[in-house]
Amino acid sequence: MELNFAGTDLCAINGTRSAPDARYDVVVVGAGCSGTAAAIAAATAGSSVLLVDENPVSGALMGNDVPLYFGGRMTAATQNSERMLEAIFMSAPALEQAMEAGVEVLLGTSAWGVYRNGPGVSSLPEQVVGLADASRSWLVGFERIVLATGARDLALAFPGWNQPGVMGAAALRMLLTRYDAFAGRRVLVLGSHDLALESALLAHDRGLKVAGLVEVRDAPQGSADLVAQVAAAGIAIHCGQTIALAKGGIEGVEAATLSSGEVILCDTICMAVGLVPSIELVDAMHGPRTLIATRGGYIPAGEETVSAVGSCAGLADTGFDHIAYRMDWVRALSDVSADDTIVCQCEEVTRADLLGVQPPNYLARPAPMCARSLETLLVDGPANPDQIKRLTRAGMGVCQGRRCRDQVAMLLAIAADRPFGTIPLATHRAPVRPIPLKIMADWHESEAMSAAWDVWFGIPTQWVPVEDIGTPHEDEHRAMLYTGMYE
Amino acid sequence: MSGAEVVIVGGGVTGLSAGWWLARSGVKVTVVDKGIVGWEASGRNGGGASHYQSPLFEEEHRLWPQMDELLGYPTEHRKERIIIAMSERQWEQYRFVAERHRRLGHPVEVLDVKQVQDAVPLAGDNCFGGVHYRFGGHANPQRTVQAYAWALQDLGGTIVQHNAVTGFETASGKVTAVKTGAASYGCDSVVVAAGPQTAALMAQLGIAVPLANARAEMIITEPAPMMPIGGVDGHKLYGRQTMRGNLAYGGGPHEWIDVDATGPVARPSTPLMRNLASRLAELLPKAAHLNVIRSWAGVIENSPDGRPIIDRLTSPDNVVVASMSGVGFGLSPASGHAIRDLVLDGTCSFSDIGILGLSRFANLEPDWREKRGWMPIS
Ligand SMILES: Cc1cc2nc3c(=O)[nH]c(=O)nc-3n(C[C@H](O)[C@H](O)[C@H](O)COP(=O)(O)OP(=O)(O)OC[C@H]3O[C@@H](n4cnc5c(N)ncnc54)[C@H](O)[C@@H]3O)c2cc1C
Repeated sequence: MELNFAGTDLCAINGTRSAPDARYDVVVVGAGCSGTAAAIAAATAGSSVLLVDENPVSGALMGNDVPLYFGGRMTAATQNSERMLEAIFMSAPALEQAMEAGVEVLLGTSAWGVYRNGPGVSSLPEQVVGLADASRSWLVGFERIVLATGARDLALAFPGWNQPGVMGAAALRMLLTRYDAFAGRRVLVLGSHDLALESALLAHDRGLKVAGLVEVRDAPQGSADLVAQVAAAGIAIHCGQTIALAKGGIEGVEAATLSSGEVILCDTICMAVGLVPSIELVDAMHGPRTLIATRGGYIPAGEETVSAVGSCAGLADTGFDHIAYRMDWVRALSDVSADDTIVCQCEEVTRADLLGVQPPNYLARPAPMCARSLETLLVDGPANPDQIKRLTRAGMGVCQGRRCRDQVAMLLAIAADRPFGTIPLATHRAPVRPIPLKIMADWHESEAMSAAWDVWFGIPTQWVPVEDIGTPHEDEHRAMLYTGMYE
Repeated sequence: MSGAEVVIVGGGVTGLSAGWWLARSGVKVTVVDKGIVGWEASGRNGGGASHYQSPLFEEEHRLWPQMDELLGYPTEHRKERIIIAMSERQWEQYRFVAERHRRLGHPVEVLDVKQVQDAVPLAGDNCFGGVHYRFGGHANPQRTVQAYAWALQDLGGTIVQHNAVTGFETASGKVTAVKTGAASYGCDSVVVAAGPQTAALMAQLGIAVPLANARAEMIITEPAPMMPIGGVDGHKLYGRQTMRGNLAYGGGPHEWIDVDATGPVARPSTPLMRNLASRLAELLPKAAHLNVIRSWAGVIENSPDGRPIIDRLTSPDNVVVASMSGVGFGLSPASGHAIRDLVLDGTCSFSDIGILGLSRFANLEPDWREKRGWMPIS
C-alpha cells in the first residue's frame, strides 16, 4: 500500500476540543462559609465569579455516601429536590449576600474535574473545570479557581459498620444544619476530640439523645471546655474502649457493643474520629500536596491559580496529631474485630483479603494465589494502595474509596510496619463524583471531534491482516476503513 | 554483580511474558522495571485480545483460554467479542470486516438487532446490527500482569522493581551487563521491552528504533448486570465488561506527546471523557444511567506502520527488542513465546514474524513523524 502522508494526523486530538461553555475570572467550588466569603471578596474586587456547591445532592447520591458519609440516615424529605434546594439556600444567609455582590451561584452543581495543560497534555485550549447538575455536564474556563470543598468523614471499619445508621460527623452536621433531614434519634459518637465533642453537643442541642462517646485512648482528647460542656449535658465518655460490633435489623443499627462488652442502645453510630480535607480535585489534577498531621492529613500545597480555603486547606491546627490518633483507632479496631470484617463496602473486600492481596470472590483462588499475600508482595517493593486496589478491588467501587481510602493506607502502614506518610494514597481521578454516562456525555460534540474519532489510532497499516499485505485486499481495507485519512 | 542468564528491561506484559516463557524453559531470568510491574500501558489498557492482523494471532488465540491454568493465577480472561454498528456507515464497515474474517477462516456471525440485544442486553434498538467474533476475547490488564510476574517468580525468576535501567555494558559485540542506578546485572542475553522508553535505551546500543509516543484515554462505569458476552465494541469504541460488571471503554482522538527518557511524569486524562460517555450511552443505551466513576490515560509507543517490533539484533547479537505499538496486551502470551524463541533459538518457532523486524524501517525517511503529523502539540 502506497501512502502519501500529508503532514497531518486526522485522528489526533489537535484542534478538536470545544471551547468551554462559559468563562469566569474566578470559580469557587463549595459554598460553605469560606467559599462564599472568597466568592464575595472576589466579586467585590471586580472579578466575574461563579460559586458552585453540590448540595443539595440527590437522594440517590446520598445513598451512595456522596459527598459525605450519610450512612442512610437521611429522612425521606431528601428525595424532594426542590424542598432541599430551599433548605440549603435558607441555611446559608451569606448566599444571598453573594448574589447581591454579583456572584453567580449554582447549587446542586458538582465540580468533577479540573483540567489544564502540563506534563503529558498540551491539547487543552485553556484551563477548565468540569461541572454537572442533575441534567447535564459542562465546562467552564477560569483564571483562578478556589477550592472550598471542606473536609469529608474518615470512615473506619468494624463489624457491622456496613449497615444503615453508621455515618460520619460531617454528614451528621450537614443533615442537621443544612438539610434539616436527619432521621436518627439516639446517637453514639466515636471519638472524643473536638470533632466528636462538637458533634455530640450539636446533636444534643437539636434535641437528639446522645447515648455516649467512645474513646480509644485513656482520657478525653478534646479541649477541656468542650469536655466540660459534654459532661454538663450528662453525656458519658467511655474511655479506653472501642466499638466491637454494631448490631441491627432491617432499619439498620439498633445497638453497639463496646470492647468491654457493654451494650449501648442507639440507632446511629457517628464516626467522629477525624475529618480528611477534601482534596480530590487537587489530586486528580496532579496538584502538589503536603501531609500535615496536625491539619488532618494531606492538604493542597497551594498555587496561584488553584488555591484552597477553609477545611479543604487543612483543619485548624491545635497541635493535635490527627494521624497518630487515627492510627490508634485503626489498631484498636483491628484488634477487636475478625479478619473477615469488610473494609471496602462497595466491593465487599475483607481485611483478610486486603492484606492477603486476594482477588474478589468471583475469581478462582488456586494454590499459588492463596500462597500470595501482602508479605510476599512487600518483598518486591513498598506497599502501594493503587496496586493493591487493582488486585483486591478495595477502593474500586462506586464511592471510589471515599469510605476506605484512608483506612486502607493505614492498614497497609500497620501491616508493613511503616509510618503512614510513607504509604502513597490511592489516586483520585476525574470524575471525583459519580456522574451518569448520559449526564457526563458531551451531546454537542464539535464537528472536528466527530471527524477525528477513530476506535484506535487510525493508522492505515495497523490492522491489515498479515495475509492480505501486498494483495488487493490491502487497498480494499484502506478504502473501506480509512477513507479520507491520508492522501 | 548480581545477574541472570537473561535480563529483561521492562516489567510490562511483554517483558514479563517473555520472562515467564524463558523461566518455563529453565532459564534464569531477572526482570527489571523502573517502577511497579504493569504500571504503564500494560496495567491501564482495554484488555482486548483479538489481534487477527498479527502473525502472532493464532498463538494469541490458542493460548488465552489456557492462561489461568498455565500461570496459576486468574487473568479474568473471557472469550469472544461482539461489535455493534450504530450508523449505516459502521454497519457497512463492520460487515466488510466480517466478510474478511470469513475469507480468512476466522469464525464470525452477522447479527440482526434482535440477536444483538439477546447477546448484549444493554444494547438498544438504536443499532443497525452486529458482528459476533467467535474468536479472541479480553482479560483484566493488571491482574494479568501480576499473574505473569508471580508465575515467573514461582519458576525461580526474579523481579526487581523501582530500579530504572540506565545503560548497558558491552564487550566483544555482546551486552554483558545491564546497569541501573543502584546495581549492575550481568547477563548472557538481554530483552529490551521498555515501552515508550525502548527507543532511548536502544539508541545507547547504537540502534535506531523509530517510535512515537501518544496518550490515550479510557473511562469506567459502576457495575452493570453481567452480559453473556463481555467483549462489546462498536460505535468506534473498544472496551469490555469486567467480571465485576463495570463497563471500561476507550477510543477517540489520541495526543502525541514527548516522554522523558525516565518515563512519563503524569498520565492525565481530559474532558475527552465526555465524548467517550456520549458514545457509550448510545452504544449501550440501557446503561446510560450508570455512573462514570473514573477515567485514566496511558502512554503508547507506535512504530511507523503501527505494527509491533520484535527482533533480535545482529550486533550486539544477544539483544532482543520488543515494542508492541499499541496492541501488546492481547498479544502478550504470544509475544512472550516469540521473544523466548528469539533469545534461545534465534528464530520464532510457531510463525513467520519477519514482518515485525526492524529492517523494514531501513529506508524510513528521517522526518517520518512530521510527515504523519505524529508530533506533540507545541
Ligand atoms: C488506553 C489504552 C488502551 C489499550 N488497549 C489495548 C487493548 O485493548 N488491547 C491490547 O492488546 N493493547 C491495548 N493497549 C496497548 C497495550 O497496553 C500495550 O501495547 C502493552 O501494554 C505494551 O506492553 P509492554 O510491556 O510492551 O510495554 P509497557 O506496558 O509500556 O511496559 C514497559 C515497562 O518498561 C518499564 N521501563 C521503561 N523504561 C525503563 C527503564 N529504563 N528501566 C526499567 N524499566 C523501564 C516501564 O516502567 C514499564 O513497566 C492499550 C494501551 C492504552 C494506553
